[in-house]
Amino acid sequence: MRRLIYFVLAFVIWILLTWQIDAQVVIAGLIASAIVAFLFHEILPKEHRIFISPMRLFWLLVYVPVFFYYMMKANLDVVYRALHPKMPIKPGIVKIKTILKTESGITALANSITLTPGTLTVDLTDDGDPASRETFLYIHWINVKSDDIEQASKLIAQRFEWFLKKIFE
Amino acid sequence: MTDIIGYILIMIGILFDVFGCIGLVRFPDVYNRLQASTKCVTLGTILLLVGVALVSGSGATGAKAIICAVFILITSPTAAHAIAKGAYASGVALWKNSVVDKYAEETDKR
Repeated sequence: MRRLIYFVLAFVIWILLTWQIDAQVVIAGLIASAIVAFLFHEILPKEHRIFISPMRLFWLLVYVPVFFYYMMKANLDVVYRALHPKMPIKPGIVKIKTILKTESGITALANSITLTPGTLTVDLTDDGDPASRETFLYIHWINVKSDDIEQASKLIAQRFEWFLKKIFE
Repeated sequence: MTDIIGYILIMIGILFDVFGCIGLVRFPDVYNRLQASTKCVTLGTILLLVGVALVSGSGATGAKAIICAVFILITSPTAAHAIAKGAYASGVALWKNSVVDKYAEETDKR
């Protein structure tokens, strides 16, 4: 199942990239997609169900405009700080906690944080206790508003977690 | 009409790229510079590619531009994580006016 999903996905991307339905191209694409899907499926994300679940795809589509809104805001914020003569920055690295559990979910959260207002993911870690399975992220914040874990998590991660939980978990 | 929107998007994209480069030069340390370069350059390049897709219309070029935009959206922040972590691991200090560094505790433990 998993291999089949990745096989179809790789083949669709191949067809979009080459943009021609020609016997040679299609056969080469089938072979390449098969190699990718059957040899390397172990290093591909474990949450492959997102590609076949309509609800998850729907939330992914809802997430895209929300994400672009924050990304636009982030850019105007950074442009303001870069162009302001006094450069109003107050940088630091803070620690935040996430409620997400799946690998893809945490990756998506880390990438979303990097591309949105004043924050950049530096590293992530678990607390060494496998029972609670909580994940912590280290965030470089260009304008530190709070260095408290709870408060910073609320300010940085909460706006994405709600969507990402629906998409990936 | 779509041509005009496409050209406007390309212009905005280039503008964001320029601002990203200005931030890259002005900000004080690696981490702040990464902030400027990752955010502005990602959005700028994506807008540029979407503009190209609109101008070229539906076809091979448009499809390629959109796929490139999606891949940039996925890979660019990942590269930024790698650079930030690598910089910290090799001992690049934060800017002297930084207010807090929680990551130091974590690296001390190891």
